[in-house]
Amino acid sequence: MAEKGSLSRVYDWFDRQLPVTELMENHATKYPTPKNLTYWWNFGSLAAIFLVIQILTGILLAVQYKNDPTLAFDSVQRIVRDVEWGWLIQPMHAIGASFFFLVMFIHLGRGMVYGSYKSPRALLWLIGCALFMVLVIAGFTGYLLPWGQMSYWAAQVITEVFSAVPVVGQTLVEWVRGSFVVSDATLSRMFTYHIVLVPILFIMLTVVHISALHKVGSSNPTGVEIDKKEKDKFATFHPLTTAKDAWFGLLVLMVFFAFVFFAPHYFTPVAQFIEANPLQTPPEIVPEWYFLSMFAILRSIPEKLLGVVALFGSVGILFFLPLLDRSPVKRAFSRPIFRWGLLLFFLDFIYLGYLGTKPPLGANLVAGQIATLYYFLFFLSLPLVTWLEAKMAAKKGAKDE
Amino acid sequence: MPDQKDDGEIIESADNTQTRRDWLLISTLTLATAGTAVGLWPFIKSLNPSAEIQAQRTSKIDISAVELGEQLVAQWQGKPLFIVHRTKEMIEKAEADDGGTDPQADSERVERPEWLILLGTCPHLGCVPRFEETDEYLWVCPCHNSTFDYSGRVLRAPSPKNLQVPPYRFISDTEIEVGEA
Repeated sequence: MAEKGSLSRVYDWFDRQLPVTELMENHATKYPTPKNLTYWWNFGSLAAIFLVIQILTGILLAVQYKNDPTLAFDSVQRIVRDVEWGWLIQPMHAIGASFFFLVMFIHLGRGMVYGSYKSPRALLWLIGCALFMVLVIAGFTGYLLPWGQMSYWAAQVITEVFSAVPVVGQTLVEWVRGSFVVSDATLSRMFTYHIVLVPILFIMLTVVHISALHKVGSSNPTGVEIDKKEKDKFATFHPLTTAKDAWFGLLVLMVFFAFVFFAPHYFTPVAQFIEANPLQTPPEIVPEWYFLSMFAILRSIPEKLLGVVALFGSVGILFFLPLLDRSPVKRAFSRPIFRWGLLLFFLDFIYLGYLGTKPPLGANLVAGQIATLYYFLFFLSLPLVTWLEAKMAAKKGAKDE
Repeated sequence: MPDQKDDGEIIESADNTQTRRDWLLISTLTLATAGTAVGLWPFIKSLNPSAEIQAQRTSKIDISAVELGEQLVAQWQGKPLFIVHRTKEMIEKAEADDGGTDPQADSERVERPEWLILLGTCPHLGCVPRFEETDEYLWVCPCHNSTFDYSGRVLRAPSPKNLQVPPYRFISDTEIEVGEA
């Protein structure tokens, strides 16, 4: 046997003490992915790309940022104007948040269309929902940090939401804020949650999410599980998927950087350029676009406690999807009722987002209430839909015979 | 000594051993859970408002500079406090009815009719209503358009309740103390 090169001796030294080869083979070079995956399956890796962008830019921002109400607003302006390349890093983080949410929405939607929450991927779906909740917390805590008017008042409105809890409501609000109102104490803790708690949870859950995925394998557009023995229907993750992910990732990053370079404030409301003033509410409080649908649900219910329950329920109900939808058919296109229900659900979600920008008065209020009702009805009617579809299939089967 | 099978599994000879073991397991787990909860308590409590913030529970406010028909926005617990020096007409409007969806007599909301003292946060979601004198209302909330009358009572939803009257007392004719220690 020929003498080994020094490089491979180094590799061997690591491989003897760490499962390097094992991990690479199990998760990349020998991990099988179905060949028939469409571009809708790219959004998981896209989410990972944006996670990396948020972490890298976030670390650099945290270096320059000052988490004190008297300094916070100016420190963000300073980052953009005076810090070298700050003009690039700050908008990357801000626009990155929007793209992260967009990618996550599409990723969730893909999961709903192709039944990715069904056996054997129920746990995978639940971990994904937890990741979505962490993203919501990240978005909320991060939005306070620039300490603009919209930062301040959005935080004020959302923390006030806890006052709807019976008996302990006010105590809970003060516990969340660390004060009677959103203030220095609130900014410090939201900053800490945003840069410590959120990344830890995000990275941990991502590892668990990918582990679960690689245990059960990817779903595929046919909605029918492919037998592991049909080797010709799979390709290894590397190079097929890595190449496809890289190509599609670059495509999305082009759009992303178009925003960063040419429209860095596209998603920033005007009020964000005014320093937070606890004594003056801006004329209109509108959340970031990715919270608009949830905001519309909160506002469409005039009863405070119910509104808050609906707000949390709108995210929480995602966790119950595997339980509510017991149909064995995975692909929405193959289900006569569900496919229209799901299409309407997506339109309903977008429409709620539109209503979130309008004051909840008159016709808009009624429309918001109908849209909110459908949002929940879609989920809660799933057992009935499944039962009806099974009946239809049985009838059709009898006719065919 | 208990018998031992070839694979090392211990066969319990006495019948009551299993329940004894269950009891040990359950009591250990219960204690561990209680211990964890007790251990977490300081961590949870440390997130409460700290002593120097708690000290702001009461504030003294000088009201001598508030002109008739004007509103002073003071601060109490970091929250805006509306102090309105009401004119005769304003008092008449406030006393004419009991408000809207959360009826209450004006006399129950003021200590001295010419001084209306209110917490300046909308009971809906905590925005600061805008002082805007019209025939119908005196405040309108910029967030969701709730309106409040000359006694700070809600006229138009989504606010479920009237503007809150904080606990306060007159120290003198020109000074009040807001809050309860």
